[in-house]
Amino acid sequence: MKLELKGITKRFGTLVANDHIDLVVEPGQVHSLLGENGAGKSTLMNVLYGLYDPTEGEILVNDKSVTFRGPGDAMAAGIGMVHQHFMLVPVFTVAENVALGNEATKAGGMLDLSDTRAKIRAISDQYGFDVDPDAVVENLPVGVQQRVEIIKALVRNAEVLILDEPTAVLTPKETDELLGIMGQLKADGKSIVFISHKLREVKAVSDVITVVRRGKVVGTADPGASTTELASLMVGRAVSLTLQKEPAHPGEVSFSVRDLVVQAANGQRVVDGLSFDVAQGEILAIAGVQGNGQTELTEAILGLQNHVRGSILLDGQELLGRGVKDIIRAGVGFVPEDRSVEGLVGSFSVAENLILNRYDQAPFARGLSMSSAIIEKNADEKIAEYDVRTQSAAAAAGTLSGGNQQKLVMARELSRPLKLFIASQPTRGVDVGSIEFLHRRILQERDGGTPVIIVSTELDEVLELADRIAVLYRGRLMGIVPGTVSRDVLGLMMAGMPGDEALAQATNVRGEMQ
Amino acid sequence: MSVQESQPVAGSPTVMHRVMTGNALVAVLAVVMSLILGGLLIALTDPDVASAASYFFSRPQDTLAAAWSAASGAYLALFQGSIFNFEGETFTRMIYPLTQTLTVATPLICAGLGVALAFRAGLFNIGAQGQILIGATFAGWVGFTLDLPAGIHLLLVILAGMLGGALWAGLVGVLKARTGAHEVILTIMLNYVAVNLVLYFLSTPAFQRPGSTNPISPQLDATALYPPLLGPEFRLHWGFVVAVLATVFVWWLLNRSTVGFEFRAVGANASAARTAGISVSKGYILAMAIAGALAGLAGVAQVSGTEKVLTSGVAASFGFDAITVALLGRSSPWGTFAAGLLFGAFRAGGVTMQASTGTSIDIVLVVQSLIVLFIAAPPLVRSLFRLPVPGAFPAPKSAKDRTSAATGGTA
Amino acid sequence: MSTSATAAPVRADAPSGGVRNWKNPILLSVLALLALLVFALGAPANDVTFRLSDPGDALALPELVLSAPLIGWITALGMLALAAFVVARTRRGEPAPRWLLAAFAVLFLIGFLTWVVGSARTPNVALYGLLAGSVTLAVPLIFGSLSGVLCERSGVVNIAIEGQLLFGAFAAAVAASLSGSAIVGLLAAAVAGVMVSLVLAVFSIRYLVNQVIVGVVLNVLVSGLTGFLFSAVLSEDSETWNSPPQLPVLSIPGLSEIPILGPILFEQTIVGYLMYLAVAVVYVALYHSRWGLRTRAVGEHPKAADTLGVNVNRMRFTNVLLAGVVAGVGGSFFTLVLVSGFGRDMTAGQGYIALAALIFGRWNPIGAFFAALLFGFATNLSNVLSLLGTPVPDQFLRMLPYVVTIFAVAGLVGRSRAPAASGIPYVKG
Repeated sequence: MKLELKGITKRFGTLVANDHIDLVVEPGQVHSLLGENGAGKSTLMNVLYGLYDPTEGEILVNDKSVTFRGPGDAMAAGIGMVHQHFMLVPVFTVAENVALGNEATKAGGMLDLSDTRAKIRAISDQYGFDVDPDAVVENLPVGVQQRVEIIKALVRNAEVLILDEPTAVLTPKETDELLGIMGQLKADGKSIVFISHKLREVKAVSDVITVVRRGKVVGTADPGASTTELASLMVGRAVSLTLQKEPAHPGEVSFSVRDLVVQAANGQRVVDGLSFDVAQGEILAIAGVQGNGQTELTEAILGLQNHVRGSILLDGQELLGRGVKDIIRAGVGFVPEDRSVEGLVGSFSVAENLILNRYDQAPFARGLSMSSAIIEKNADEKIAEYDVRTQSAAAAAGTLSGGNQQKLVMARELSRPLKLFIASQPTRGVDVGSIEFLHRRILQERDGGTPVIIVSTELDEVLELADRIAVLYRGRLMGIVPGTVSRDVLGLMMAGMPGDEALAQATNVRGEMQ
Repeated sequence: MSVQESQPVAGSPTVMHRVMTGNALVAVLAVVMSLILGGLLIALTDPDVASAASYFFSRPQDTLAAAWSAASGAYLALFQGSIFNFEGETFTRMIYPLTQTLTVATPLICAGLGVALAFRAGLFNIGAQGQILIGATFAGWVGFTLDLPAGIHLLLVILAGMLGGALWAGLVGVLKARTGAHEVILTIMLNYVAVNLVLYFLSTPAFQRPGSTNPISPQLDATALYPPLLGPEFRLHWGFVVAVLATVFVWWLLNRSTVGFEFRAVGANASAARTAGISVSKGYILAMAIAGALAGLAGVAQVSGTEKVLTSGVAASFGFDAITVALLGRSSPWGTFAAGLLFGAFRAGGVTMQASTGTSIDIVLVVQSLIVLFIAAPPLVRSLFRLPVPGAFPAPKSAKDRTSAATGGTA
Repeated sequence: MSTSATAAPVRADAPSGGVRNWKNPILLSVLALLALLVFALGAPANDVTFRLSDPGDALALPELVLSAPLIGWITALGMLALAAFVVARTRRGEPAPRWLLAAFAVLFLIGFLTWVVGSARTPNVALYGLLAGSVTLAVPLIFGSLSGVLCERSGVVNIAIEGQLLFGAFAAAVAASLSGSAIVGLLAAAVAGVMVSLVLAVFSIRYLVNQVIVGVVLNVLVSGLTGFLFSAVLSEDSETWNSPPQLPVLSIPGLSEIPILGPILFEQTIVGYLMYLAVAVVYVALYHSRWGLRTRAVGEHPKAADTLGVNVNRMRFTNVLLAGVVAGVGGSFFTLVLVSGFGRDMTAGQGYIALAALIFGRWNPIGAFFAALLFGFATNLSNVLSLLGTPVPDQFLRMLPYVVTIFAVAGLVGRSRAPAASGIPYVKG
């Protein structure tokens, strides 16, 4: 099936998310849509999938113009979509999720899932998915849930499959498996629209690459193009992919974690016996695929987790068992992974957000009474220093762009003397210009002699910032390796191989190749 | 959780902005429209209108005239009963209605502030009714059991009432903080527990009036009563001053204090608050306790202001009206104060209306709930009056909006 | 969105120990000790008589005469044993099985009933009447909680059950009086319920007003409207407006003679039979039909349903209207069966008890049915006991549904898990 988008424009109020985008997806082709976060890729795909009405432009299927009033129409036309956040009902079984919206019924509208089960088994066998139709989705690992999403599309006879950032939640091994599945689908004559901002993956699977920037198509490239070439096309200017940074001068170890165990409410050990040290003036990056205990680790340090055992020492003082406020006052700065949920109160003003964890301390408050004059003055200073683009200090933080929100959080955390700085996903969803700024700020803090912990699922970021890298897999430490280690080693460790084995294997492979 | 948050107003933080986008206009139109609908209802059920309608097609103007006189008569009585009685012979009689309005508004304002405060902390306090009752029970007991000098007695009555409400509501805060139980369900259920509890107390010797078999307490001691504010010819008592002070206090608490900052942060985004070191549990418990104490003040206003005895009906329906008051006041302290005055006027005037024109006071409930419905849905009012949509926000639907909406769900 | 959708691929390798839930064992132990103290040690030294059938019945059963201390000790010791078992299991990190909780509840109920009736001035109660009366009182509760199930399962919180019942009762009385036909009244009640639902749906789905607010305000509105019309119209000429004919009781010959169960199952009005039918239909449809699958999907993860072409808001709209039909019919029970005429605020908070039953029944039609029966039983027991003269103040029995619900939502009695999207308006994008 041939799919064509002609002059698609989508406006939200004054914001132009898509600006006259043209795109042709030929049958049996993997067509990658490459662009930064917020470039308008997802909006475009939601238009294509009938979730949004385009403001202008048309969609052509096999050269015939079509209008989609909803996802139902798009599916009927042979378009399937695997969303970045899975669209699965957690309490339903696989079969129920697959059948939903397309249910076979017996007399009186009674459900008949037998046909659906058979289809799931057939597809599962064909592609080697290993999915049980009667398993409840919330009990399945993320990789399997993603396959359920693909099954959903295939059962509906999708000819074009849209995969929206599908590798964000996968381990390198699962990613490889997914890329394999994409190959199989392509061989069966399906077309795939692959949305990603990860250059390596895009280069690996694509037949055609379309680069989107600020809602516009800025060019096409073929998979042979170099990474730097693609990156500068994506960002709109020449980018140095590596940050100029001075080598670290680690001082004494002032933060250490010993035998840390964090249990989830159901008793699962989400952090399982971690021990590590961070020295003053060094950056320890915690790498790993999302959901391998990183969140719980940082939250445990900050006192946000309930079932924690072990020891967390800052300057020789035990943090474990102390309240969040106490730990913040002890000098721990924390940039949470989801700033809009944990880092900011969206309906509060920029000024209020800048004192969110110091609202009750001098000079902002005296006793129970707060001083708005000092709070505003503080805001003006921080806005200038961190170049936060906002209409005013009184504007609601929720109205700021992602990058500016992150600057706001960073400004708050770095504007007091710290003894430990933890930043989770410091640049997720942030435009490239801000990324550089934020990275420099983090390095500045390191060079000022603060122990820094960076948690990131982006290998690029880890490699760029880290002096040492700790890799987490299923809550366990796979090892701590130098910041100069190769991507392959990290990939193996992220898939659960202990550090020394991974180092050895990577060396062997290189040896054989030579 | 409050009304303004359920609309996509991610980018309109200031009061000025809200006024600019026509919300004040919407409020006025909502009141007007509700009064018109209420008037229609009065007209439709009026016997004169019905008899005139029987010959509607020969003389339609009769029907319309009868309808007009029915509705306007009722509303005129409502006005006369709540603001100013221009038929009064003395100045006292003329302004008596206004003081009645203030008297009725007193518990409405206090309890409304409790509901509003809880709203701001992200808590849906449907339990003002129970909190008033328990507050009144505590206050009443101190009032008719203890024998204390004037001044101290009243002070103790007030404190006891606040304590009763605070305990009853604080229980909700504790249960929510500890178990995650939803406060809507908890407060609704506790309202009914409270009524039964008070009925039980009133059957025990400690509470029941000696010699009576009815569930009624002895009269409160004179030392335990709010003194009249404007002299004995008016029912208005010092409780109204307490209500004004409570409004000032809640304004300061919410807008100028660290505690209020915590409440608002917990209410707007609990997980960000927790990450910033604000104890969400403490916020829930404290916000509910203060809300309950305010509702307890309403109980005090009833038991030692207007009723002077404790019965299971001492709270009337003030606890439920308080919800509509807080909603109409958009959960702001002075907005709640104004809404309390308006609904106080409706209630006070409703009594006069019922007596003089025979229009049932229930029409007040209808008008009140219509006002809140219309205010909660500005787009409806705008489309009915063809008002322009205010400077359309692109309304970024963030995760935060959803969580705040989620607190409206049941447990 | 549920956290589980983005759940970690972390699997528990270690046996799940450490985090144990001590709520159940503590609660059961406390209740068992209470039973020991009150039902066994505090048992009245006399016999208790339970009459199982009406003497006039064709199939008369003998009276059940039990020794109160004996039953007290048996039930108390039984509960202690079960509590000890649960404590032991919790130590090993295993949860209490459901059958055990059910058995505990039954023992407690038997022990309580024996003690409370035994301590009465007249330790003699007609069990058949007690049960039949409970069902009668439970009928509107069951309709109300089914209305809640329909709404909440599709993601709309329904606090307006009270209003739906009250408006249904009002419309039934007026329409039946005017037409002279109880069936017309029944239909009018359904329409009235739908009208309340329509307001709920329009405001919460179309205008995105917080659902709890709409529900609370609607209850006030209906109370005011019916109260106003009652005094302005109904009480002015109650002959014309408020003298509804009653629905006849339709006994099924033979079956209705079965002791205890006969009157409950086979001697009902059409509304009573409709209640049983509604429970069954809603249950089957919810879990086994296309409509049910979509309803639950829309209530759990509306966006997922939307991406599969299910019209979320239309689905919610129809479900809320359907809920109005159900609750409206339930409301008619007040004026066409229980009493012959409408009275101001005559539902007296039953809608809120129905809401409680819905939650206690874990958003499941069958669960809600039994929860409503339990609450009906509590109410009826307090009515019966106040006649018998008992040591328990009847206010405490009247509190029971509310207290039980507080325990339920606080997670002390099992865990209630509401539909994930309940209360959250769905906005595309």
